[in-house]
Amino acid sequence: MKNNKKRNLLLSLILAAICIAFLLYVDKFQHYSMLATVLKKGAIYSLVAVSLNLLNGFTGLFSLGQAGFMMIGAYTYSILTIPVADRAGVYQYFDGGIVQFCVPMIVGLILAGIVPAIFAWLIGLPVLKLKSDYLAIATLGFAEIMRAIIQWKQVGPLTNASNLLKKFANFDSILFPFIVSAICIGFIVLLINSTYGRAFKAIRDDEIAAEAMGINLAKHKMQAFLISSFFAGIGGALLAMFQSSVQASTFTSTMTYEILLIVVIGGIGSITGSIIGSFLYIACSEWWLRFLDDPAPYLHVNISFMRPGFRMLVFSVVIMIVVLFFRKGIMGDREFSWDGIFNFFKKLCKKKDKSAKEVASK
Amino acid sequence: MLKIENLHVSYGGIKALRGISLEVPDGKIVTLIGANGAGKSTTLRTISGLVKADSGSISYDGQELLGKPINKILEAGIAQSPEGRRVFANLTVLENLKIGAYLRKDKDGIEKDLKWVYSLFPRLEERSWQLAGTLSGGEQQMLAVGRALMSRPKVLMMDEPSLGLAPLVVQGIFDIIRTINKEGVTVLLIEQNANMALKVADFAYVLETGTITKFGTGAELLADESIKEAYLGKSKK
Repeated sequence: MKNNKKRNLLLSLILAAICIAFLLYVDKFQHYSMLATVLKKGAIYSLVAVSLNLLNGFTGLFSLGQAGFMMIGAYTYSILTIPVADRAGVYQYFDGGIVQFCVPMIVGLILAGIVPAIFAWLIGLPVLKLKSDYLAIATLGFAEIMRAIIQWKQVGPLTNASNLLKKFANFDSILFPFIVSAICIGFIVLLINSTYGRAFKAIRDDEIAAEAMGINLAKHKMQAFLISSFFAGIGGALLAMFQSSVQASTFTSTMTYEILLIVVIGGIGSITGSIIGSFLYIACSEWWLRFLDDPAPYLHVNISFMRPGFRMLVFSVVIMIVVLFFRKGIMGDREFSWDGIFNFFKKLCKKKDKSAKEVASK
Repeated sequence: MLKIENLHVSYGGIKALRGISLEVPDGKIVTLIGANGAGKSTTLRTISGLVKADSGSISYDGQELLGKPINKILEAGIAQSPEGRRVFANLTVLENLKIGAYLRKDKDGIEKDLKWVYSLFPRLEERSWQLAGTLSGGEQQMLAVGRALMSRPKVLMMDEPSLGLAPLVVQGIFDIIRTINKEGVTVLLIEQNANMALKVADFAYVLETGTITKFGTGAELLADESIKEAYLGKSKK
């Protein structure tokens, strides 16, 4: 057992080193490539997907408000970090806006988590009493209402209404979203493996039994909701930086469904699954399946049904297939571990041996 | 001693308990038998704080428990293994047991009690890394009891531990109830299997549509003609 632990630690370190080296290479030589875009967006979506998984997969609260919390996070961050000198230009229709100060990047990022968490607390008080579908409807409604409010002219001096927010503090290296996401996901993993995490899972499995064990349902549901929206907000801020502009109209319910799709494909209740799912989904939607939107991808042969947006149709089919035939997603509720991988290969070898022997005996 | 006095409980307008009184002396096994809908589970759920009472009193060693939150009642030393086992199916056996000790902070004590539960149920130790949902019905019942024991209760309330189990397994469960009791845990047992329950119990109460109609020692009720007719399957002559 002890040998395994040492080996696993070593392998993890090697893997981490390879990843960092790879990222540094991409950062240096392919800074503007599609690969870099996919990696950055994938890292950001990983964080949001894991935050949704904490709620849907680990606590059993089916929430669809993630895009709303991301939007609040993105707006909080960008409003607070636009340099004072640039404000007149950004808020050109609102006399430079009412916020006339600027906070450092890291403070903005933390506030981008705290503000959505405050909103989550406010709506959580009434909404968390609802169960399953009703909770989903209420949170979805909240996200839509927030989107409408932010675009309202009367709050323009604060949010720039439906105009773009830009020129806020931004990252340059592609390592930045990876580091932030890794820290946040690391925190969520620690939480899930703690006593709190066990209580969340107990609530998911059986509310009544959990209550009988002395777990305070209202308190724990609220905690999960707050933590999830905190990290969704940070994810939103990262997304704002990635796009280098923010507009409320992009944070639609479609975005929530994208994230939900990632969680389902990756496996509900698996952190590793959500991360793998994010990179896979982003790579497909941004890069590998792009050709589906092109009416004449090969040899100038016109394929009439391939047009911009066809890609999304393919995703709908994918989710139907996943829900019907692969309900557990890529990882089910398992997590990545070196022991798991070694066992997998051992089993594979044994199977091969067996089938080889069977063939031989015949 | 757990003491219940004149307890009234209703769901909406429907009265489930109409003023029951019963006592559970320390170190004994007390059973509450009755037909479906008599109010057995309601009694247990009210004691544990899951259901609110209309009026009456529930006290343990003189301390009033009625109206206290669930965690305070658990801390006072009253745990339950709920009806239908209700183990956390997607958690491992070990995780289930740890949830049972959720309110406790003393790590050494938890570790000690974990060993104690494993010694009571060696089967659980063998399967500690298995998901609870993959256990057999009898093993799940063991886990539900073990989980309740992890809070180090003075009184363990069990709601129909024999539900849906094979006769041989039920026998095993009742042996365990005796063992737990011998180790100093007071047991309040709710059963439809009146025959088994009365044999193991020191005291027994019969509950019918929300009122207690009979009480006595287990052996007394076992010999009672009307009980035999109503619950033990003796035909009328």
